Amino acid sequence: MNFPKELKYTRNDEWIRMEGDEGVIGITDYAQDQLSDIVFVEFLVDVGESLEQGKTFAAVESVKAAAEVYMPVSGKIIAVNEDLPDAPEKVNSDPYGEAWMARIKISDPSELDDLLDADGIAKLERDH
Amino acid sequence: MFLPHTDADREAMLRTIGVKKIKDLFEGLPGEHLFPELDLPPGVTEMEALAELQHIADANETTGELISFLGAGAYNHYSPAVVDSILRRGEFYTAYTPYQPEISQGTLQAIFEYQSMIVALTGMDVSNASHYDGATAVAEAVNMAYHNFRGKRTKVILSPGLHPHYRETVHTYTVDSNILLEGEETPLDSGPEALIPLIDDNTALVAVQYPDFFGRIHRFRELIEAAHQAGALVAVHVNPLALGLLEPPGDFGADIVTGEGQSLGIPLSFGGPYLGIFATRQQYVRKMAGRIVGETQDARCQRGFVLTLSTREQHIRREKATSNICTNQGLMALAAAIYMSLLGKNGLRQVAELNFHKAHYAAAQIATLDGFELVYDEPFFNEFTVRCPRPVAEINEELLSYDILGGYDLGQTRAGLENHMLIAVTEMVSREQIDIFVDALAEVAHD
Repeated sequence: MNFPKELKYTRNDEWIRMEGDEGVIGITDYAQDQLSDIVFVEFLVDVGESLEQGKTFAAVESVKAAAEVYMPVSGKIIAVNEDLPDAPEKVNSDPYGEAWMARIKISDPSELDDLLDADGIAKLERDH
Repeated sequence: MFLPHTDADREAMLRTIGVKKIKDLFEGLPGEHLFPELDLPPGVTEMEALAELQHIADANETTGELISFLGAGAYNHYSPAVVDSILRRGEFYTAYTPYQPEISQGTLQAIFEYQSMIVALTGMDVSNASHYDGATAVAEAVNMAYHNFRGKRTKVILSPGLHPHYRETVHTYTVDSNILLEGEETPLDSGPEALIPLIDDNTALVAVQYPDFFGRIHRFRELIEAAHQAGALVAVHVNPLALGLLEPPGDFGADIVTGEGQSLGIPLSFGGPYLGIFATRQQYVRKMAGRIVGETQDARCQRGFVLTLSTREQHIRREKATSNICTNQGLMALAAAIYMSLLGKNGLRQVAELNFHKAHYAAAQIATLDGFELVYDEPFFNEFTVRCPRPVAEINEELLSYDILGGYDLGQTRAGLENHMLIAVTEMVSREQIDIFVDALAEVAHD
């Protein structure tokens, strides 16, 4: 399972890539693999909204299950990936690239300390 | 599955809560109400019981014996024998919702046919497999619009022309929500445009009826345009039979079409079971409650049916669902599907035309009577409002002696409508019977 080193991870299998005080969010390779074919992505927030860590900002549905996607850290939504609802299969093919879900402005960088690094998430999923 | 408790189970439970016997649980109740002796006559044979029940039932007067002009949402139409004959087949009649849907190909096909015909009739893209009745379908439209905006728009505008029972149902559904209901008190005479000033950027939905409760057929283009400009959705509630003649709401911009499907071959049956029609545009399909059946091919390239979409929230994210009512009126949807396929496009139009012409004949005749007056100028389908010279309840009482079931007393719905009768005329009454009705009205016009 692929967990890029430069990303931080939640225990719920979201990832965040830091770019200055902004972060880009998506779900992990492991999550897409567990869900199998993703058929639906829906954003549950509007750009400009601020959400706390752990709040739901998107929902994904696969042929097997539905899952919510949570904010890895608190922040304000700057953009969501508008292409994704029309091409949900990208979550399967490119979970760390084309299938980014939201870009946020981080409000409390200290929350990043709660997150796992690549080794941490790899170990967590191995133990599952 | 309901498993009865064993004596051991009961004793364990009683021990846990610290009482000795079940009767102890009722100690707080007054003695005289506790396990009273019922003063019942001795048992009778089945034959005697049946005779007695028949005697009681004979006190009913039904549309079988009376000439009916009563409508107001439930209409006396002809239901061809084949409708009942197919839907009472054991395969359809006994089955509950298909939990393992693909094994029930017949049920899936019936739903598929129903949905395809509803889509064609309403001009929408998708239809679910129905709700309980017209009232719940309207309430689900409110739910859907509210969830479509994720609760950020809280105003719902209800036309005063929406059936009062539907509006009541919407009130019941939304009583513990932050949804604001407006529009019901706008003047009846001012048309749909009177709702436009109420529309703002907090409006989730504007709900109207077509023809409306008073029988009127309005043009909604202007209202719908105003709603869409404000980003709101519009739900149009229909009498599906009227769509045999009228422009489908999809053609003039409706986002949701709901309907009372009773007109499509479903008997009056003392008010139910009826059929809640619900159709919408493709873009809202994920917000629609219920399920969609699709046509596909199996591994051997044979035609088959699958549950294409079943709203995920109903199974997994229940608290996020537009609706948690998953039950549909499968058997009634089947009845409507049989009815529509039996009549076909032309047949449905013919039934609609019969209704239209008979109602217009009746209206023209009644308008010539002293003291009776058609209240509205708008076009109508099979139902119209008449101002009478006396209270409607009194007129209806006297009409019964002519074996006529008079129209609906609008005085009970809204102040200012005293002496107003809503008269429905369907294909079930002949011209001769209409003449009898008109003559009877003339005779009972005065005390």
